[in-house]
Amino acid sequence: MWKTILRRFLIMIPEVIILSILVFLLAKAMPGDPFTGSINPKADPAQIHHLMKINGLYDPWYQQYWNWVVHLFHGNLGNSYQYQEPVTRLIGGRAANTLWLALFTMILTYVFALPMGVYAGRHEGKLPDTIIRVYTYVTYCIPFFVILVIGIWIFGYVLGWFPTTGSISSDANGWIQTLGSRFYHILLPGLLGALFGTVNIVQYLRSEVIDAKHSDYVRTARSKGVPSKDIYRHHIFRNSLLPIAAFAGYSITGLLNGSIFTETVFSYPGMGLLFVNSISYRDYTVITALVLIYGILNLIGTLLSDIILSIVDPRIRIQ
Amino acid sequence: METASNFLNIKDVSTAFKIDGHYYDAISHINLQVQHDEILAIVGESGCGKSTLATTIMGLHDPAETKISGEVDFEGTNLLKLDEQGYNQFRGAKIGMIFQDPLSALNPLKRIEEQISEVMDYHTDLSTEDKHKRVIELLDQVGIVNPQRTARQFPHELSGGMRQRVIIAIAIACKPDLIIADEPTTALDVTIQAQILDVLRDIQKENHAGIILITHDLGVVAETADRVAVMYAGQIVEQGSVEQVFNTPEHPYTRSLLRSMPQRDNENDDLYVIQGNVPSLQKMPATGDRFAPRIPWVPAEAHEANPTMHEVAPGHEVRCTCYKTFQFPDEQGSVKA
Repeated sequence: MWKTILRRFLIMIPEVIILSILVFLLAKAMPGDPFTGSINPKADPAQIHHLMKINGLYDPWYQQYWNWVVHLFHGNLGNSYQYQEPVTRLIGGRAANTLWLALFTMILTYVFALPMGVYAGRHEGKLPDTIIRVYTYVTYCIPFFVILVIGIWIFGYVLGWFPTTGSISSDANGWIQTLGSRFYHILLPGLLGALFGTVNIVQYLRSEVIDAKHSDYVRTARSKGVPSKDIYRHHIFRNSLLPIAAFAGYSITGLLNGSIFTETVFSYPGMGLLFVNSISYRDYTVITALVLIYGILNLIGTLLSDIILSIVDPRIRIQ
Repeated sequence: METASNFLNIKDVSTAFKIDGHYYDAISHINLQVQHDEILAIVGESGCGKSTLATTIMGLHDPAETKISGEVDFEGTNLLKLDEQGYNQFRGAKIGMIFQDPLSALNPLKRIEEQISEVMDYHTDLSTEDKHKRVIELLDQVGIVNPQRTARQFPHELSGGMRQRVIIAIAIACKPDLIIADEPTTALDVTIQAQILDVLRDIQKENHAGIILITHDLGVVAETADRVAVMYAGQIVEQGSVEQVFNTPEHPYTRSLLRSMPQRDNENDDLYVIQGNVPSLQKMPATGDRFAPRIPWVPAEAHEANPTMHEVAPGHEVRCTCYKTFQFPDEQGSVKA
């Protein structure tokens, strides 16, 4: 078990190196530069030229890459051109926001999706199943950002139940108020994210349950005289949850990617919003750092999925 | 003197499946009896309703999709009248079933021990320790060499033959009176087949169980069974003891089946091929001999309008009257002995 994890971990190293080169080159390939228009619209081109030069932006790519990697190992991801502060501090201040939102969304997603999927599969063809299916199809057809905008409009603007921007209100004092305010701010984006996130899981789980219901091993269990309730509990649930569990690792990274939409629409100060802003400002240092983080998180998600799967599925257990 | 009693009495059982809103009989008006210490073989080609009969006895059909009539009298109880809860008292406890595909009939995520002891969880009061002992005993009984080790393993770690043995162990765990074996050897190679059949016979001797052995392999029947029922298109066309059916087959279908089996004394001849196919459920003729279209040279007068079973010898029954004059095309002209 530990050997497998270690081996999977070692495989990640070359993956991260290749990823970092790609990320670096892609960021460099973007047209534009971080200085034009950001200092003063009338700035002298010669001055910008000078700034580019002292920041090393005219060096060949491998030299820039190497400098970046050396700094990376010193925990230094450079300074943001836009905010003029270290990238590590900039991201560190926002990572927690994104993490809380993603975690909350994930918990809500599973809390909604698991009972719905199992219920729909168990009572296949009945009215609740039809309602759940219509819900998933409709939600699946609407782009995520449209759901967010409609959600903000209805619940945040028309009904006024939830705040529409930020991660905390300015007048929150004391830790209870702070915590409450933070939670209040992630409630709506979390709910909307979960609404969208449930769709795949519900559909998948539903068909897994239906498959399991008609499987030979369930027929064997019935021929043993096991009551239907126990057949669901001991045979169908666990077997149907396998692929969902395996999917969990990936879904974490999916949520982080989804946070780009959510945070932009809600002006929620997390990594996603920072990412979008950095792209429009050509803030290379921040972009490369964020893409690298997202990439590494993806790799960790895959690793996590493999580990979860090897725990729950004896067929994949490696001695 | 005590006469052997029929503890299973299948009376006039029909099972119809719903296809596109209509019900079609998969098996119709089946009458069968099983005694203790007896192996009754049910033979017939694929799609003739053998497995449907087995799952009907076990009550494994979805009541919303099937219509079952008749009576399955098991030790005085009509199983078909039971609800799900009542049926569960019989399934696993008094009737054990062995399924045909050992590769998929076990839950891939549960250890062998769990899967065998599950049946005892519902039908016995044994302690965990006693259940463990019984699991080991069962695995040993079905011929697994290292039962302690196998009990801890998962299905994917076992070979097909071992998995089939595990399924037999599940079926016999509560010493049922009736064991239904639905093609227990189809998925296995020939050497394993013989071993599995030996295991079945040994268990029968020990438990005095009655066994319904469903198969399309006539070799298995000749070797294992006491009595045979031949099924065609959802009906029993001939039944009798193994000697009767194999030595003096009467129904054209039985004779065709036996003739299409390779044998020593006709090894140079081409194998006999029965013309046509088993009709699908929707196309099944409502009246007349269902086998008639496959022996087109037999004149219509030879068949009964509504074929019934005729006793030709004590315990030997044949459906329809066409057996009296039936001859294969190449025999015509010669006189039937």
